[in-house]
Amino acid sequence: MQKLYKPLLFSAALLPLAVLIYNGINDKLTANPIEYITHYTGDWTIYFLLITLSITPLRNLSGKIFIVRFRRMLGLFAFFYGCLHFLTYFVLDQFFDFDAIIEDIVDRPYVTVGFTAFVLLIPLAITSTKKMIARLGSNWRRLHSLIYVITALGILHYYWLVKADITVPLTLALIFTFLLVMRLPMAKNVKNTLFSTSN
Amino acid sequence: MLIRQAENIKSSEITSKEDYLSRRKFLTSSSSTILSLYILHASLLKSGNVYAAEKIENVIKNIDFSSDEELTKYSSIISYNNFAEFGLDKEDPAANSGDFKTKPWTIKVEGECNKPGEYHLEDLISPHQLEERIYRLRCVEAWSMVIPWIGIPLGEVLKQFEPNSNARFVAFTAPYQPDVMPGIGKVAYEFPFVEGLRIDEAMHPLSLLAVGLYGEELLNQNGAPIRLVVPWKYGFKSIKSIVNIRFVQEQPPSTFNKFAANEFGFYANVNPEVKHPRWSQARERRIGHFLKQETLMFNGYADQVASLYSGMDLGKFY
Repeated sequence: MQKLYKPLLFSAALLPLAVLIYNGINDKLTANPIEYITHYTGDWTIYFLLITLSITPLRNLSGKIFIVRFRRMLGLFAFFYGCLHFLTYFVLDQFFDFDAIIEDIVDRPYVTVGFTAFVLLIPLAITSTKKMIARLGSNWRRLHSLIYVITALGILHYYWLVKADITVPLTLALIFTFLLVMRLPMAKNVKNTLFSTSN
Repeated sequence: MLIRQAENIKSSEITSKEDYLSRRKFLTSSSSTILSLYILHASLLKSGNVYAAEKIENVIKNIDFSSDEELTKYSSIISYNNFAEFGLDKEDPAANSGDFKTKPWTIKVEGECNKPGEYHLEDLISPHQLEERIYRLRCVEAWSMVIPWIGIPLGEVLKQFEPNSNARFVAFTAPYQPDVMPGIGKVAYEFPFVEGLRIDEAMHPLSLLAVGLYGEELLNQNGAPIRLVVPWKYGFKSIKSIVNIRFVQEQPPSTFNKFAANEFGFYANVNPEVKHPRWSQARERRIGHFLKQETLMFNGYADQVASLYSGMDLGKFY
């Protein structure tokens, strides 16, 4: 049964893309499809970053060690949706207009941080193979803790873009903070304290 | 051998040659009508907007004030809207404005004029000839449309109220109805929405008070029953669902300007050279087109309106 989890999760992680394609075929991407696709793929990049970050606390709380085996795959899906997001911007939105893209990255803080987050994801994706883990040793962990910086930048990117209604980026920031708190040594004991009375 | 005579066929029963030749056309047009009715029905059901727009009669086309560019699709114009009172997503105004009542409608006129008072919408409109004008609409968010508005020149309406010499600006206010406007309280703007024009801008013949588009009355999401259309300015200046007109001496505080003065100027003239802090204004995406196009100074209306701003530093008064 556990053998099925991974392919199931893999398929589930492709669902957002399938829904996007389905809606695209059925002309349901609003009057401005490029903007819609940009926002949609951006949303899912951040969702997958947060899903990836939730694995460790979930393991601690549930005691199900095996779920950690899905963490790298979920992280790679964050990179996958991040690539779609960047490509949508690069090809559909700007249509290879390098001057406009460079102006965006240099002049507009929300693009600067978003682009930085995307670039930082690349080394993590490259070093996500088993070989690389072995080769990098303890440095692998250090390198991959960049995911905290990337997620923070991603949420900041969203926050600076929307401005008038910050409910969504604030919610994401709250979830991110919660996932960080759950990593504190204190939080790791939560489970023990919660259930210690029953012993 | 018996040769049977063909039965007599009445000439009225014979399909005319024209009809016969156009039979395919008839089939395709009737089936496409059914199909489009079905789609319209489905989309109305989906948006919850069951009130179909009513046709507007006695409209003349004003060719001199119209662009000959390809019109933006009606379905895009009524589904992709900024109307923060009903939410910030582009589909929100169409989805959330169903409970907003626009009949009957009165407009309160106040301030520096000889004829203040409460006016019924019909009384404001009926003295004037309705015109169709095809204008470009450029949103500050760098997208644009081409819309066939129906309306009357704003200046002609304002003159009815006889503004006095103190009336240097005119301010417009939108309704404040939190019970039917789910965006109020959720969105960080200050409501009710207020916008304003300098009096010479308001009197300019291009400034329009629109009551319809594509031959029909405005739907709620487009600013029913009456809205401003100032085509050389970013779209947010064209305030929707006007309930109050006030002639004032000082520049009125406009909602967007108060929200972020560095991003939204009072003048808000379309200007490809003045960047918005969060994006470039040099180009725009015409809704329905793939590639972006160059944004024109004053949205292409420079010949008509540039003189209003002669001597002004447009980088400073953006």
